Amino acid sequence: MRHNGSAPVLVLEGIHKGFPGVQALTGAGLRLFSGEIHALMGQNGAGKSTLIKVVTGLYPPDAGSISLHGGPIEPRSTAQAQDLGISTVYQEVNLCPNLSVAENLFIGRYPKRLGQIDWKRMRARSRELLAELELDIDVEAPLARYSLAVQQMVAIARALNISAQVLILDEPTSSLDEAAVQHLFRVMRRLRDQGMAILFVTHFLDQVYAVSDRITVMRNGRTEGEYWAAELGRLELVQKMVGPHAAQGQASGDHCSSNGTTVLRTQGLARRGALHPMDMDIRSGEVLGLCGLLGSGRTETARLLFGADAADAGDIEVNGRRHRFSSPRQAIAAGLAFCSEDRKLEGAILALSVRENIVLALQARQGWWRAIPLKRQRAIAEDYVRRLGIKTPDINTPIGLLSGGNQQKALLARWLLTQPRLLILDEPTRGIDVRAKEEIMTEVRRLCAEGAEQDRRMAVLFISSELPEVLRCSDRLMVLRDRRACGVYERGELNEDTVLEAIAGDGGDPTRD
Amino acid sequence: MAETPPVIESLPLPKDGRTSHAPSAMPAATTATALAAHPSQRPAWQAWLGTLHEHPLLRPVLALVILLLVDLVFLPDFWQVQIRDGHLYGPLIDILNRAAPLMLASLGMSLVIATRGIDVSVGAVVAMSATVAALMVNAGQPLLVAYLAALGVAVLCGAWNGVLVAGLKLQPIIATLILMVAGRGLAQLMADGQIITVYQSSFFVLGSGYLLGLPVSLWVVLAVALATTQLLRRTALGLFIQAVGLNPVASRLAGLRTATLIFGCYVFAGVCAGAAGLMIASNIKSADANNAGLLLELDAILAVTLGGASLAGGKYHLAGSLVGALIIQTLTTTIYSLGVPPEVNMVVKALVVFLLCILQSSEWRAMLRRWRQRPAAPRGDRS
Repeated sequence: MRHNGSAPVLVLEGIHKGFPGVQALTGAGLRLFSGEIHALMGQNGAGKSTLIKVVTGLYPPDAGSISLHGGPIEPRSTAQAQDLGISTVYQEVNLCPNLSVAENLFIGRYPKRLGQIDWKRMRARSRELLAELELDIDVEAPLARYSLAVQQMVAIARALNISAQVLILDEPTSSLDEAAVQHLFRVMRRLRDQGMAILFVTHFLDQVYAVSDRITVMRNGRTEGEYWAAELGRLELVQKMVGPHAAQGQASGDHCSSNGTTVLRTQGLARRGALHPMDMDIRSGEVLGLCGLLGSGRTETARLLFGADAADAGDIEVNGRRHRFSSPRQAIAAGLAFCSEDRKLEGAILALSVRENIVLALQARQGWWRAIPLKRQRAIAEDYVRRLGIKTPDINTPIGLLSGGNQQKALLARWLLTQPRLLILDEPTRGIDVRAKEEIMTEVRRLCAEGAEQDRRMAVLFISSELPEVLRCSDRLMVLRDRRACGVYERGELNEDTVLEAIAGDGGDPTRD
Repeated sequence: MAETPPVIESLPLPKDGRTSHAPSAMPAATTATALAAHPSQRPAWQAWLGTLHEHPLLRPVLALVILLLVDLVFLPDFWQVQIRDGHLYGPLIDILNRAAPLMLASLGMSLVIATRGIDVSVGAVVAMSATVAALMVNAGQPLLVAYLAALGVAVLCGAWNGVLVAGLKLQPIIATLILMVAGRGLAQLMADGQIITVYQSSFFVLGSGYLLGLPVSLWVVLAVALATTQLLRRTALGLFIQAVGLNPVASRLAGLRTATLIFGCYVFAGVCAGAAGLMIASNIKSADANNAGLLLELDAILAVTLGGASLAGGKYHLAGSLVGALIIQTLTTTIYSLGVPPEVNMVVKALVVFLLCILQSSEWRAMLRRWRQRPAAPRGDRS
């Protein structure tokens, strides 16, 4: 493909990589030019992460070649890759929160003077580095004091500090709010203009088009193609990611009626530092969307409802009965279920099998003395693997070996199995691909809609920071701002602009304050 | 500027100790599943060998067998088992009998370690239970009452540890350290600093009696081990303990009573230690508050580790722990029988334990594998 006639900085060709039971890459390739922002797109399990890990030396490829500036390289460790000029910033910031910002920037490579660490130079250089990223913070303060967005910037600054020629950003925006994303993009563009090659992995289509010059699409472990961002339409891109035969399941039209009975009602539910007194009600058979900026109290609301954190004040009424949950166990007994946004830390138990992960909540509710017989566990797990299309070699495979989307589906199965009255989904589609997203939301909507008696239908509280997704899936929408409910919108009055206004705080409906 | 930058590059690895052991356990598991899933691709015996190779008991059992073979070479009498006074007699039987208290303690320790905990108060509980039982028997109480009282004290000890760890969320090693110090002190107070000798012969049965030709203590260990295995397997406790050890946060959100489970494991460890104390007192026909079960906790931790469990939690192998305890006792007996001077005794023991631990280290095995593969399969066959 053409690119200013110059030679690419980094070229991967015919990369093969297999794991027990899975062939992750079959002849994948990638070309990166200096002075470009290059988006790497693909569904979950398409092989993006594996490809990046091959570049950064984490996995040796089974076959294929990597060349940097025309010369072949064989990075055997991430340190080696970094020495070659390939730096990576991952989705989860992994610096040392207890150390100062400056120490984090220089850890392992402290500037020395007379055998001692030259703190003065280190601080000065840190300020310079961060200033380049438009960041003016106290470099001596511990990193933990700053928001995730700032920490991410520090991680990038650290990568730059090693004078990288190739910068790989693996889903850097998934936990950032809009302002932080814009900041990141400014920095990315500046680095590009300085001649750096940036590989940008994300699931957000908007962001791909906002910032990237070229796009490489991967599918099923292969490179599907390389495109100019300006010449590839959105729909085309999604089709290339999903594959030719997959249906384009946009906008599920069959929204269920929301005139069911109230499943859950809160009055003045509050917790200091987490949520101002909140009233909400959720009716059976409906999807109530909950949206707001990062830190607006979405997850806090979910955790209070589920008893993961104890409320300071207020009541929760489930099916007309008052509760004060002091543990998730009580909430589960009352018919609640909660898929946490942090799949790895709060959801999946990675070393346990898919089967064990699926039956865990049901078994916990039944109690330890009434074990679900192994035969029945297998039947349950196989049933859900089929129904939700979970891609796993076996139900006894440790769940940690599955891709993010499949882990999420298994966790969904865990909760559906308990037949909850209210299912709380906190960012169920974070970090998973378009297709799995669709499948998960379709299944959720189907479950809301089914059930003979309307009053017995499941209700869903759906939390997501992707506004189009919330708008498409919700029957009603509750907007949070500054840890306070600031408006509830019926389906008819929903559109992106009104909701954005409410989220941003100008012109929103103040009746709930 | 070419030094190793460790921070950013360590990112794709698990973020903290809580999850770090989990992925490392996975590749082995996958291989096993892959084999199980496609038995037709390989001959049956190969698949069987593959599963055997992955079996957690393989290494500890192999270590024990090697130790016993060494004995066979150097001590011809070692393997001789005779029938004397209607029961089996010989070094092997002796090892089983002497290992019994440690085996019991290791069973309890296995579950505590599976919950990411540790219990260093085992020896102190042994001393307390032994002292209580000896005092009560000497005071003319029936044996059963004395045993129940001693086990009751052990339950209290376990509950104390459990409250500190599960309720107050103290770090397990600190929480149980309190009882490690206080328990032995209390035992010494009760015994008035003296060794309490017991003369009632029924007291000796547990530690040195025989039933159907085998030591009574061995039967007790087998009964406890069997009951525990069945309990963990037939109920959901096994799954729950693993889940809590692997990921306590996710377990709580899935509705598990994490605190109660952890509490229960410490109580169980307490009872096991208490029963071990009864065996030890019975065997030496006295309760020695100063020395009974001294450092038994460390042997128990070692036994669990030799049995293939990880101190990071989430795994337990009861059979492995029992084999681990047997390894330790076999080693001790071997060293004594070989006539190794007492002053080198500890060093030899440490050396053997070191070798065993190295054999079990997956890191070491990976290093060996890399070393073996390097000349055989040069990488980079590019097409």
